[in-house]
Amino acid sequence: MEHAGFRPVLLGLIVLLPLAGFVINGAVALLAPARKRIVTWAGPGVLALAFALALVNFFGMLGVELEQAIVRDYWSWMPVGNLEVAAALQLDQLSMLMTLIVTGVSFVIHVYSVGYMGDDPGYARYFAYLNLFVFFMLVLVLGANFPVMFVGWEGVGLCSYLLIGFWFRDREKADAGKKAFIVNRIGDLGFMVAMLLLFTNLGSLDFEEVFRAAPATLAYGGALVTTITLFLFLGATGKSAQIPLYIWLPDAMAGPTPVSALIHAATMVTAGVYMVARTGVLFALAPVSMIVVAGIGALTALFAATIGLAQYDIKKVLAYSTVSQLGYMFLAVGVGAFGTGMFHLMTHAFFKALLFRGSGAVIHAVHGAFHHTHKEWDPQDMRNMGGLRHYLPLTWIVMWIGTLAISGVWPFAGFFSKDEIIWQAAARAVGPFAPWFTAFWAMAIAAAVLTAFYMTRLMIMTFHGEIRCGAAECTHLHEVPAVMSLPLVVLAGLSTVGGWVNMPHAIAELPVLGWLPSAEWIHAWLEPAVRPAEAILGPRLGALNEAAPLGGGEAFWAAVAFALAVVVIGVGSSVVLRWKYRPALESLEPVGLKKVLYRKWYVDEAYETLIVRPVVATSRALWRLVDEALIDNVLVNGAGYTSRAFGWAGSRLQTGQLNTYAFAVVLGALILLGFMLL
Amino acid sequence: MLTRSLVLSAILFGLGVAGVVVRRNAIILFMCIELMLNAVNLAFVALSRAAGIEGQIFVFFVMTVAAAEAAVGLAIIISIFRHAETVDMKNFNLLRW
Amino acid sequence: MSDLLWWVFASLAIGGGLGMVTRKNPIASLLFLVLTFFSLAALYVLLGAHFIAAIQVIVYAGAIMVLFLFVIMLLNLGHDYRPDVRGGAWIVAGFATAGLTGWLLTRVLTTEGAVVAQGGELEIAAAVREWNAVGAIALPLFRDYLVPFELTSVLLLVAIIGAVLLAKRRV
Repeated sequence: MEHAGFRPVLLGLIVLLPLAGFVINGAVALLAPARKRIVTWAGPGVLALAFALALVNFFGMLGVELEQAIVRDYWSWMPVGNLEVAAALQLDQLSMLMTLIVTGVSFVIHVYSVGYMGDDPGYARYFAYLNLFVFFMLVLVLGANFPVMFVGWEGVGLCSYLLIGFWFRDREKADAGKKAFIVNRIGDLGFMVAMLLLFTNLGSLDFEEVFRAAPATLAYGGALVTTITLFLFLGATGKSAQIPLYIWLPDAMAGPTPVSALIHAATMVTAGVYMVARTGVLFALAPVSMIVVAGIGALTALFAATIGLAQYDIKKVLAYSTVSQLGYMFLAVGVGAFGTGMFHLMTHAFFKALLFRGSGAVIHAVHGAFHHTHKEWDPQDMRNMGGLRHYLPLTWIVMWIGTLAISGVWPFAGFFSKDEIIWQAAARAVGPFAPWFTAFWAMAIAAAVLTAFYMTRLMIMTFHGEIRCGAAECTHLHEVPAVMSLPLVVLAGLSTVGGWVNMPHAIAELPVLGWLPSAEWIHAWLEPAVRPAEAILGPRLGALNEAAPLGGGEAFWAAVAFALAVVVIGVGSSVVLRWKYRPALESLEPVGLKKVLYRKWYVDEAYETLIVRPVVATSRALWRLVDEALIDNVLVNGAGYTSRAFGWAGSRLQTGQLNTYAFAVVLGALILLGFMLL
Repeated sequence: MLTRSLVLSAILFGLGVAGVVVRRNAIILFMCIELMLNAVNLAFVALSRAAGIEGQIFVFFVMTVAAAEAAVGLAIIISIFRHAETVDMKNFNLLRW
Repeated sequence: MSDLLWWVFASLAIGGGLGMVTRKNPIASLLFLVLTFFSLAALYVLLGAHFIAAIQVIVYAGAIMVLFLFVIMLLNLGHDYRPDVRGGAWIVAGFATAGLTGWLLTRVLTTEGAVVAQGGELEIAAAVREWNAVGAIALPLFRDYLVPFELTSVLLLVAIIGAVLLAKRRV
């Protein structure tokens, strides 16, 4: 479908460039792993080109009122019966935004990785995986139908597995990779079932076709569309780490820190949010599914935030923070605010990538220091840090920017996106499901308070207070190289101004808070893409609430949230500063509620007891009884035993005695003779 | 006389079979085989009274074969005896699994 | 008269056979077998096969049995009184089988119509009258069965060579 005003520029090349990078780096990794220079240029280079192309397309699109997605059919991929799946890419406002985020953040992280992974023997392999990941991610966001999206969906899962288990010689890390892979499979099953249901009921898997046919074919609120969307959402919970499938993401921090920043914070884990936004039409048709999505999102946001309060591993805190923020995004898409969800996705990509890379810089420095003095301490444990702001001033500053952004402090990016989500949840509290949304709104506010607190705790424990890493080690602490700090600065800038592109009118009209440029740009930009879903939602849910459940408008609650965040950060700082921490090895195990939180509500243990153990026991029983006893012994060996028994009986006849043989011959002759006579 | 000669031949053949089944001495086994051959010869001779001179000619050939077989068989027994110092067939049970 | 003789020699033949199967001593067995062979020769005479009776005595009772005797003595088996009869069950099985064999063979040989007299007895009598006992066999042997007859000589030659090879100490 061509649009008069806009033709995409080399759309396929955006996808193919990272693939080319994968081929080049893969070849280097296989043939000459030591040739790091090629990798250094090829790895980030392809991403720079892809990002540039994405920008070109973006600016081309900017001036045009694009009403419909542009679909590029490359070849017929699966012509089976009446199923016709094309290898096709689709460019619209939604995929354009995602492409920008993916290529942009990936590029920055590739540059950062050049510094972070520079000494690793698997340098080329690392970049090959990373490029492959970007390729699949782009396939995911640009795919024009469910199967192509699924290819990307599975591909990023594969790359995630490869990169979590990048240091596969470490058993724990390889296990973490497996855990991520297996948990993701559960979600992928949901995606697949939903896909098949869609095909059997709508006869097509193209996005355009499905979304055009769905409102007419599928009954609003019907069981079928609810089933489909719930299965889709199951896929989303797997990929985007929501309850109940979030457990893999914290373990995924076993991978290199830039990977955590790119895949497990900024891009891949947001695929679920993107998918829900992409299939917004279907979700809009299923109000129950919307409640489920919003509810799971709010619950995850609160739940993960509580766990984040008591973790000591700096990356674990950020991992639970990511789970929590993803919960916010699902809350947003669950209340029908697809644009807001995407907005938070974008700002989160900025500040979470920033925070992860800040933590990467910290770990890099602390690890280097411990390594120097051969101290066997955990370089990721915050109890082993403290007071690092004297040694890592730049990191300290950018990390504070990230913290303020995630906590929702004006004017940083998170303020706008998060407060809009909270406001949308409150505003949706109309119609029959109003009490639910009110509850979600309250949970979101509670999670926001907790977010501010655990991030403050992280900052104080890491950068403030007394230095706990040891005097000798301090002399070896040093700031990261330029190739790593430059991306930090860039992302810090984005985390600061990233939210300005979508300032709600309500806030823009406020006195001090509104003194910033732009207004609701994201919403305007995404409007054509989410219009079909809104068209279904709008008339059915009625007008949005103009007042929160407790009264007060959007601006009022934005101000309240801001005030809350500032108060929590302020009070939290002084409180945490007074707490005494000792290095990890000298610390006692936490007690009481703190222990429950430290142990992550025992969810892993519960899964272990309720799911893993029974599955293992069942498998063992099947193995012992069905496989070994029945198939192996009775059927396979049984056949052998039987023939061996016959052979044994036969061999007993073979006495070797001539007389016996003569006797047998005579008997045979007699039998023949008898037959002749009778 | 013809019929009872045939019955006698069957009885002698049966005796030969019994000897082959119960005896282990290689020489005696051999002799039992000779007895069976002679039983057959008797049948041929008896039948030649019904069918003509060919019966006797066949006996002639059987005797030739018997002579050749006796020569080779006894030679085998000699070489077996040289090898094992016995002709008792229970010591020769290589003919099995 | 000849009926009486037939019964006598038939009894001797069966008695010789039984003796051969049951004697422990190989030489005793052999002598019983010789007795059977002589009885058979007499029976051949009674059946009118004089030439066969003659070579039965000369070849069988004479040459082949002497060969057996030589081997027994050569291997010094004459004093070998170790029991070589197999165990009780085998004796029962052996003689049961023997009886069954004899009975079945009798049934086969004496079934009505199994033996069709085509006047062979008269034909043989005429041939013997014309060419005497040897000639009656020799003529068809050298005329109709010449090739098998010559082949028996090859068979005997092979048997001789084989016997020599097998019985030699070292080849």
